[in-house]
Amino acid sequence: MAEIMLKALAHTYVSNPQSPADYAIREMTHVWHQGGAYALLGPSGCGKSTLLNIISGLLQPSDGDVVFDSRIVNELPPEERNIAQVFQFPVIYDTMTVFDNLAFPLRNIRTPEAKVRERVAEVADILDLVPLLRRKAKNLTADEKQKVSMGRGLVRDDVSAILFDEPLTVIDPQLKWKLRRKLKEIHERFNITMIYVTHDQLEASTFAEKIAVMYEGQVVQFGTPRELFEKPAHTFVGFFIGSPGMNFLEMTVTESGLSFGKLPIPVDPRLLELAHRSGSNNVKLGIRPEFVEVHEEVGSNTLSVKVEDIQDLGTYSILSFRLNGVSLKARLGEEHAIRGEYAHVRFPEASTHLYIDECRVEVGND
Amino acid sequence: MSLILENIDHVVNGATHIEGIDLELAPGSFNVLLGRTLAGKTTLMRLMAGLEPPTRGRVLMNGEDVTGVSVRRRNVSMVYQQFINYPSLTVFDNIASPLKLARVPKAEVTRRVRETAEMLHIEHLLDRYPQELSGGQQQRTAMGRALVKDADLILFDEPLVNLDYKLREEFRQELRELFRMRNCIAVYATTEPNEALALGGHTAVLHEGRLLQYGRTEDVYHRPGNILTAEMFSEPPINVVPGLVSGAEVTFDKSVHFRLNEDLRSLPPGQYSFGVRPSHVGLAPQSADDLELQVRVDLAEISGSETFLHVSNELFHLVLHLAGVHEFAVDEPIKVYFPTHKLYAFDHNGSVVHIPPRLGSL
Amino acid sequence: MTKVQNNRAWLLILPMLVLVAFSAIIPLMTVVNYSVQDVFDANTRFFTGTEWFETMLNDSALQAALLRQFAFSMTILAIEVPLGIGIALLMPKRGWQASAVLILITLPLLIPWNVVGSIWQIFTRGDIGLMGWGIRELGYSYNITRNPVDAWATIILMDVWHWTPLIALLCYSGLRAIPEAYYQAARIDRASRWAVFRYIQLPKLTNVLVIGVLLRFMHSFMIYAEPFVLTGGGPGSSTTFLSQSLTTMAIGQQDLGPSAAFSLIYFLIILLVSWVFYTAIMNMQKDDATGGHRHDA
Repeated sequence: MAEIMLKALAHTYVSNPQSPADYAIREMTHVWHQGGAYALLGPSGCGKSTLLNIISGLLQPSDGDVVFDSRIVNELPPEERNIAQVFQFPVIYDTMTVFDNLAFPLRNIRTPEAKVRERVAEVADILDLVPLLRRKAKNLTADEKQKVSMGRGLVRDDVSAILFDEPLTVIDPQLKWKLRRKLKEIHERFNITMIYVTHDQLEASTFAEKIAVMYEGQVVQFGTPRELFEKPAHTFVGFFIGSPGMNFLEMTVTESGLSFGKLPIPVDPRLLELAHRSGSNNVKLGIRPEFVEVHEEVGSNTLSVKVEDIQDLGTYSILSFRLNGVSLKARLGEEHAIRGEYAHVRFPEASTHLYIDECRVEVGND
Repeated sequence: MSLILENIDHVVNGATHIEGIDLELAPGSFNVLLGRTLAGKTTLMRLMAGLEPPTRGRVLMNGEDVTGVSVRRRNVSMVYQQFINYPSLTVFDNIASPLKLARVPKAEVTRRVRETAEMLHIEHLLDRYPQELSGGQQQRTAMGRALVKDADLILFDEPLVNLDYKLREEFRQELRELFRMRNCIAVYATTEPNEALALGGHTAVLHEGRLLQYGRTEDVYHRPGNILTAEMFSEPPINVVPGLVSGAEVTFDKSVHFRLNEDLRSLPPGQYSFGVRPSHVGLAPQSADDLELQVRVDLAEISGSETFLHVSNELFHLVLHLAGVHEFAVDEPIKVYFPTHKLYAFDHNGSVVHIPPRLGSL
Repeated sequence: MTKVQNNRAWLLILPMLVLVAFSAIIPLMTVVNYSVQDVFDANTRFFTGTEWFETMLNDSALQAALLRQFAFSMTILAIEVPLGIGIALLMPKRGWQASAVLILITLPLLIPWNVVGSIWQIFTRGDIGLMGWGIRELGYSYNITRNPVDAWATIILMDVWHWTPLIALLCYSGLRAIPEAYYQAARIDRASRWAVFRYIQLPKLTNVLVIGVLLRFMHSFMIYAEPFVLTGGGPGSSTTFLSQSLTTMAIGQQDLGPSAAFSLIYFLIILLVSWVFYTAIMNMQKDDATGGHRHDA
């Protein structure tokens, strides 16, 4: 059973790093609590695979420590870390039966055969593999194989964490949700820390209680799926989470307030104060397309905008419009149609967020 | 240029891959081939391109019979799932390769390559080699090669499956804009209903080698002709519930009764399948005639800004498509509301007999 | 319309058919023709039916050569396959060492058959050959022209030296194709080195090994130049293999009928064994297909 802590951890593949850009993982301290379901989410090249390999022990960090339950494990190879890993492509032992595959890790540590049978039966039952136990693993479908490789991690009593590396890549789309449910069931049943690495927001948000969003070697937000959607802490999270991502308006900070081009933007005076104090000229206003109000008629505080495109996505549509030369998007409900060339939009203050140097600022968090 | 497939069959070693397909693609149209894996999308594209002759039927381009004419003598280009580029050529030379083969003068090659690269936002990468590019940039290069030669027919075989979803979003938007202005026929194969919707244009739904329906993408989505199309062209798939109509009442699985909505009263008594879109089932009643169902949560799939909620009880398995993030524990008991006035009805053959009216539609 | 074109396509393979006829069918039919006749001179020949075949199958010298041939092929397979796998497992995986070892290993494969024979002939001489001299210095009276055991051992050693690299190269490429994830998973499962070999590497090598065994079997079954140069088939007929008996008969004694019959028997044996191997490969791939991923039609 383990709490996994990354302490002042950093990693570089360069022998003589000069700038932060040389680091695949920039210095971070991060804790994964015992028994939690976590995801590590980010685009390709953000450093999530490097981080995964550091946790599993395939890679040694160039700085800082990996700590499992207050024990520094930097030097320990994967086999001594009590972790299991499920890979992108199913890794199974082709020539063995499903039973022998599941029994393999136990037999390697010379577990008595009666105990092996008991554990395998238990795990096969949870994973719905019982009818397949006598089959050659080679002839299974991709989702069955992935269950077998997961099962090999679960049979061991001593496994304290399971790492998943994009485990559903090769699964038929129609079967994915069933496997996702299985993963959640397993998490609830076993008290095991699970870390799920993916570039897909659906995979991450469905599986995890908390998601670490990685961008350029850093965790830019660690929060629940709801927090990532409602309060993205970094512009990248706003962009990366949600389809389409958040709209950003570049603000000009003046004495009297914020403006977008010539358009004054009302903002809480305390936020304005923060913007003034930061002295930064990288100030953005973010609003998710879901929260942009769109009207057919002029209303109070609405802005007239030219409609560029309406994409009918079936259950809703995406309206693209232009404001001050910037292309923005709004989500329209299914029964909400915009017929004219112009629409009238409003950005409700409660749904807007202010970003200074790409990070979200909030009143009271200073 | 128009492309017509007439009664096409394709049989390989006794296995029928394509059966009786009639399809007419208008000049300058963007067409999506939607179907699951093994539906015959790739085979159909190969037949369109002339990479293989069909076992039976005719292919007409611009009214001229080109059945059996080799791909080399048709002006066709293709973009694949894998990022296929010449590894030893720069991006510029990769994009220029079809023009060089066609012996286009050098100055024009340079002009057209630059134009295409700009369109695809890779003009700053022209001196690089494919292995120095990200996946998205490699696929842009491959698309550049397909677009530069002004082909009459451009085929895309699931070109975005190997890219992150943010890149896919970006590409879909760009392709939609790119082809609005082009005068060639584009055919785009995908397994994802949402991709078809995002791309717009026309959609042909394929299933087990047969064409289920073809038409404007929104029309096919909103007015499916049969139950298979409704199931294929919906992500998550449309909920289907069997029900018995008798008089002014519907019975679902013998125990759930409700009064038929007015617009369904004209249905003759009998057994039907009722379809309801995941986005129409709600967590709160939206109208007085909604049917309240006590269910358990199987799984809440959250996609960042939306939630797909799988629920079930002894009779039903339903999927709800909810806006925003909703977190539920597995097996949590909840109530959902089934909109009885938004039902599609399909007869025993699977043909649609009732389509709910759309509010707010044009 | 499509039909016409299909027919025209048949014309295109006509040159190929002609080529195959000249390179394979005509020579083979010539041999068949000779095998059923007794030829005295250009104008006198008798039809003999299966007589030559019976004679050949009952010829004790040839039977002995056939047994010797099987013994030889099986022995070198039994040595070269495990040895080749072993070498492949020990070869460095990357860096300049990998390239260097690859080149060194490939060297014996580049030497022509008869040259190999000559090299070993010199190498094993008691007076000036390093090996022959070395063994004698150790106190063993090594002589490949007198002692059949010495001759056999030397020919096998020579073949192992010449051809093990082929197996090693095939296995090396097979091993390189195993994704890193398999090794990682095995480490996490705490598999022993032996278990990794037995359950990951060996299964993934099966396909290349079947090809390797097939090639080596056909090769060794037709071995001619090396023993001919090295021992001349002796001492006595202890290292006279099938192809050498055949050559002696056909060219030395001008017994065209019997040697034609024998050629055919020889050909059929190789065909039969190759067919067995081929079927084995095909069955293996059939198993793969049911387990592999599906592709879009």
